[in-house]
Amino acid sequence: MELPARTFRVTRADLIRYAGASGDFNPIHWSDRTATKVGLPGVIAHGMFTMALVGRAVAEWAGAPDAIVDYNVRFTRPVVVPDDDEGTEIEVTAKVREVTEDGLTRLDVTAVCGGEKVLSQARATVRTAR
Amino acid sequence: MSLDPSFVGRTYPPTAPYQVGREKIREFASAIGAADPAHHDPAAARALGHQDVVAPPTFPIVLTLAASQQIIDDPDLGVDYSRVVHGDQRFAYTRPVVAGDELVCVSVIDDVSSRGGHGFLTTRTEVATAAGEPVVTVWSKLVVRGEG
Repeated sequence: MELPARTFRVTRADLIRYAGASGDFNPIHWSDRTATKVGLPGVIAHGMFTMALVGRAVAEWAGAPDAIVDYNVRFTRPVVVPDDDEGTEIEVTAKVREVTEDGLTRLDVTAVCGGEKVLSQARATVRTAR
Repeated sequence: MSLDPSFVGRTYPPTAPYQVGREKIREFASAIGAADPAHHDPAAARALGHQDVVAPPTFPIVLTLAASQQIIDDPDLGVDYSRVVHGDQRFAYTRPVVAGDELVCVSVIDDVSSRGGHGFLTTRTEVATAAGEPVVTVWSKLVVRGEG
């Protein structure tokens, strides 16, 4: 079963706000000068910001903000966020891999930005809605 | 970057208790656009059976990033932080984090390896209440990129 796709727009302002909320002030997430110095095309989103957006999608699919019992991802490609008003977009899709007898649903999740997968082996286990 | 495999199993001292605040959860939820009332309104959270607002699933990174810093900063292990890239991340929850929790992190080195000139470091952080109730286990795999 395929779950409805969700698209998240990500701008520089979102990264600054996430940096403040999470305490992750690594300059590759806000300084083009630093990002290009370490070989990146420009400022990139925090991997944990992408993981948080995908977690939101999963919780919304599950129908409860506290439904996720296990959640893991591998970060495969950076999400480059240009310094403009549009930013970039991350598209999240998922399909149900398994529904267990003890009321858990296992999802395989895909997150794509600019036509490339930015996560691999992204999996979430959620409690089936009460 | 080659890391010493004899560090596998090393456990670091518990962190000072972190007081999970209602406003911090609201701030984090707002920053990721999580609008569910249970992240913002204590009454909505109580209706789901929680004592106060519920943190979004990746919120524990706020604590564990700081907790695993003591591993990254361990001079004996010798990680060059400017070369660290986030590889994998996992959260396994006993229950969600809620406002009012007082949480302590204990970090362990689960795995160390080197491959293709890069070092790989897997840390596991057990997050529990100050009273010892387990809340969430958090794994981070960090890649320490080799020179050139």
